[in-house]
Amino acid sequence: MVSNKNKSSKPVIEIKEMHKWFGNFHVLKNISLGVNQGERIVICGPSGSGKSTLIRCINRLEVHQQGDIIVNNVELTGDLKNLETIRSDVGMVFQSFNLFPHLTVLENCTLAPIWVKKLPKKEAEELAMELLTRVKIPEQALKYPGQLSGGQQQRVAIARSLCMQPKIMLFDEPTSALDPEMIKEVLDTMIELAETGMTMLVVTHEMGFAKKVADSVIFMDEGEIIEQNDPKNFFNNPKNDRTKLFLSQILNH
Amino acid sequence: MSEKTYKPGNYPDLPPPPGTVGVYGWVRQNLFSSISNSLLTIISVVLLYYLIDGIIGWFFLDAVFDAESKIACRKIDDGACWAVITRRVGQFVYGFYPELERWRIDITFLTMFLAFAPLLYPDIPKRKWLLYFSAFYPFFAFVLIMGGYFGLQKIEYSLFGGFMLTVILGVCGIVCSLPLGILLALGRQSNLTVVRTLSVCFIEFMRGVPLITLLFVASSMLNYFLPPGTNFSILVRVIIMFTFFSAAYIAEVIRGGIQAIPKGQYEAADALGMNYWQKTRFITLPQALKISIPGIVNTFIGLYKDTTLVVVIGLLDPLGIGRAALADTKWNGLSTETYLFVALFFFVSCFAMSRYSLWLENKLNTDKK
Repeated sequence: MVSNKNKSSKPVIEIKEMHKWFGNFHVLKNISLGVNQGERIVICGPSGSGKSTLIRCINRLEVHQQGDIIVNNVELTGDLKNLETIRSDVGMVFQSFNLFPHLTVLENCTLAPIWVKKLPKKEAEELAMELLTRVKIPEQALKYPGQLSGGQQQRVAIARSLCMQPKIMLFDEPTSALDPEMIKEVLDTMIELAETGMTMLVVTHEMGFAKKVADSVIFMDEGEIIEQNDPKNFFNNPKNDRTKLFLSQILNH
Repeated sequence: MSEKTYKPGNYPDLPPPPGTVGVYGWVRQNLFSSISNSLLTIISVVLLYYLIDGIIGWFFLDAVFDAESKIACRKIDDGACWAVITRRVGQFVYGFYPELERWRIDITFLTMFLAFAPLLYPDIPKRKWLLYFSAFYPFFAFVLIMGGYFGLQKIEYSLFGGFMLTVILGVCGIVCSLPLGILLALGRQSNLTVVRTLSVCFIEFMRGVPLITLLFVASSMLNYFLPPGTNFSILVRVIIMFTFFSAAYIAEVIRGGIQAIPKGQYEAADALGMNYWQKTRFITLPQALKISIPGIVNTFIGLYKDTTLVVVIGLLDPLGIGRAALADTKWNGLSTETYLFVALFFFVSCFAMSRYSLWLENKLNTDKK
């Protein structure tokens, strides 16, 4: 278990009775969730349960239709000014990396800091190199994403998000597209990030990671939060039948 | 078999079997892989020999390069009579531009390469300074070609003709239609209904009308649509029409490129807090344009060749000059030579564009560097 000294009771994300529909399909139902600063939350659940959609609502890649989402004391509305503030505070790592293929690794990392945060180029490059060193690939800085392995690309994606110096990091199944031997290097990077006290919301099926890092594990099914508990109780003592079924399916093979 | 045995994990990298690589291997695999293939190869070589022999004879060995007239040509030899070109090369290149002022065209043409170099080759040394020149070049070229300033004799546009006219129309059309095409493609993808509708209407109208119609409109009707008092020269009107026409095609090509970009690219850019123009400039356009290079250059080549259509509204493009030459009783009947020469000029220009686009595609391919 990674110790968590930075955890405080100051909420950085508050979701209140939030609903979302895709057309007529009710994909998120009455979601209420508070995340404190420094808290690490793992969200799991069967595919189609809405877990990715939930974290994509937090930086408004998906728009919710009812209820409130408040990130860093700013409410998410259609107002573009709010949106840019929130997005530069919230980093996101995708399942398919989504690196910019026409830019080098270094340019991937410096693009947003230079143009969104207006950082001088030299400073942005220094910061990027520092973070690339932290994810252990400084020597790849001048290569293009297409020349890297999947694990390396995902670590670059993590560094790219960190270059915006976010307060919150969202991970949308960061290891699902990786070959088995590369999953560990990405999880190790995420564990190191957790040790720095970053607020993290992670959608993943890596239950080992959840046991080691999470302060709280959420189980979602059919658009609802079914159960939320600390990892010890969540894994040893699940209360809901659907949680038990899910855990038995992913743990016993 | 004398297969050696190795311990597991110690098998060395062996060279490929002989006869599968190198020149010998290539010839064997591609030209003589089977009996029928070998027969085809031999037949093709024999055919090529007779064809090339005849072509070289007509073009060069039996050709006459200078003579008074077609009849004089035929007296000397029975190959091509290139004298029609030699005697009229000035007209083919400059149209009826006054002979004493032709140096102005030469300078404009040569400096054009200097102006394009920093745009076409991003790695060129001293690019920044050359870019200033590129920005200044249109004014420079305009003054030099048209005259009327700095003591330069004013030249009527009706004297323009030949390859010079082709290059002016082609280059202006190409340079103006790319940015307009990009804007139209973005407009068509825009969330703003008014912008999108206008872009769609413009694109569909321009694509749905034959270019010749637009040229007739340019030559005869455009003045009715413009506010009274404005009076562009026909050259400018024709350039505007060419620009609009190919911009519509380029917009569609680029739209294809934009739609080929995975959604994740925009999501990543959104998640980093980039706004619309930042996304467009750094994420959408670099990738969309790269994908669209073959289609864009295709459109450019089409536009360049379509400049010959101006002959229908009385401008003397190379074909018009050629027709004038053929109307001369001295050269009557030498249409093969005349049209081959014009074709060669177009081929060289278009082939250069095509090679450049290949080079650029390779350069921008970041996957295998």
